[in-house]
Amino acid sequence: MLSVQQLACERGRKRLFSDLNFQVRPGVCLHVQGANGAGKTSLLRIVCGLAEALQGEIHWRGQDTRLDPGAWRAELVYLGHTPGLKDELSAAENLHFQSQIDGWKLSQEQIDGALQRVGLGRQQQIPLRHFSQGQKRRAALARLIARPAPLWVLDEPLAALDQAAQQLVAQLLAGHLQAGGMALITSHQPLGVPCLDLRLGA
Amino acid sequence: MNPHLRACMALVLRDVRSAARRPGDVATPLFFFVVVSALFPLAIGPELNTLRLIGPGIVWVGALLSSILAMHRLFGADVADGSLEQLALSPTPLGLLVAAKVLAHWLLTGAPLVLVAPLIAVQFDLSFDSMMVLLLALVLGTPVLSLIGAVGAALTLGLRGAELLLCLLVLPLYIPVLVFGAGAVQAHLGGLGAQAHVSVLLAMLSVAVFLCPWAASAALRIAME
Repeated sequence: MLSVQQLACERGRKRLFSDLNFQVRPGVCLHVQGANGAGKTSLLRIVCGLAEALQGEIHWRGQDTRLDPGAWRAELVYLGHTPGLKDELSAAENLHFQSQIDGWKLSQEQIDGALQRVGLGRQQQIPLRHFSQGQKRRAALARLIARPAPLWVLDEPLAALDQAAQQLVAQLLAGHLQAGGMALITSHQPLGVPCLDLRLGA
Repeated sequence: MNPHLRACMALVLRDVRSAARRPGDVATPLFFFVVVSALFPLAIGPELNTLRLIGPGIVWVGALLSSILAMHRLFGADVADGSLEQLALSPTPLGLLVAAKVLAHWLLTGAPLVLVAPLIAVQFDLSFDSMMVLLLALVLGTPVLSLIGAVGAALTLGLRGAELLLCLLVLPLYIPVLVFGAGAVQAHLGGLGAQAHVSVLLAMLSVAVFLCPWAASAALRIAME
C-alpha cells in the first residue's frame, strides 16, 4: 500500500500543494487531475524519488521510501513525459536494455510478446527515430507488459495515442488492477477504468 | 551474474551501440585531436630537436581539448530523451551507472585517441621507447579526464552557456593530469625514468574512479529536480 502523508511541494517559490494526504490500496488506481501547472507531474516525481518534497513522507508497505531507495525503485515503473528510449536503437533493443537496467531478464519471446501486444510486432527491429510520436509512446508502454511491478506511476500515458492504443492502456490498466496492482496516473482524459480522483489546486 | 553489474554492462553496450549508429559524434573529437596535433609539426618546421621536445606536450594538449569538446554530450542526450530519469529510477545505484557511462564515453573518445597517438608521435620523431611511455601515460590519464569531465558535465547540465562553464570548471582540474602526463615522456627523455610520473597518474586515476562517479551522480540528482 502506498501512503502519502502531509506532502508539500514548492516550485520557484510558488506553493503547489501542501498538507496532501492520500492512500492507494492494492487494486486501486488514483487519477490525479488538475489544471496545467497544478503540480501533477511534480507529485509523481516526488513519489518516485526523482524530486524532493518540501515536507511530508511517502510510505510503501508501512516503511518510509527514503530508507531504502533502491528497493523502492524496484517496486515501481515510471513513464514520464519523455519516453526514455534511445532513437538510434530499435524498440526490441530499447526494451531489452530497459529490463536489464530494471534488474529483469527478458527472453526474446517475452520481448516479442510485449511488442506485439502494443502493436509494434512488425516494426520491432526499426530504429525509433523512424517512429512517430505515438509509436514511441507505444514502445514505452511495452515496458508495462514486460516488467511486473506493483506500482505504476504514469504521467499522461494517453498523450499522442490513437483510439486503439488508448483502449490498450485501459486494458493493461484493468489487468494490472485486477492482479492487485496499484497505479498513480495523471491524465486530462478519462482512463477507461474505475478510479479514485485526486484534484490538485482545488 | 550480479544484477548491478549486468545493468552496468548493458548501459556500456547501449551507449557504444547507439554511438556506432551515429558515428559522426565519435569522429568529431578524434578528428579535432588529429588535426590540432598534426598541424604543429607543419607550422614549426622540420627541426627535430624542437619537435621531440614539444611533441608530448602537444599530444596531451590535443587530448585534453578534444576531451572537453566531447564532454558536454555525456549526459545531454540522456536528459533530452528522458532516459536519464529511467537510469535514476533503476534499483542499481546511480553512481555505478554513471561509472558505466563514463567507461562507455572513454571507449568512444579516449580509446580511439590512444590508438591514434602513435601516428601523431611519429610526426614528432619520438623514439619507440618514448612512444610507449606516451601511450602508457595516455591510457592512464585520459580516463581521469573523462571522470573529472563527467562531474563538470553533471554540474552544468541544463544551464545556459553550459559548454563555456564546463571548460572553466574542468580545466583547472585537468592541469595536474596534463603536467604529469606530458612530464612522463619528458622525464623519460631526460633519463630520469617515467616511473614516478606514471605512479602519480595511476594514483589520480584510482582517486578519480572512486570519487567522480559519486560526485557526478549527486549533481545529476540535483539537476533532475
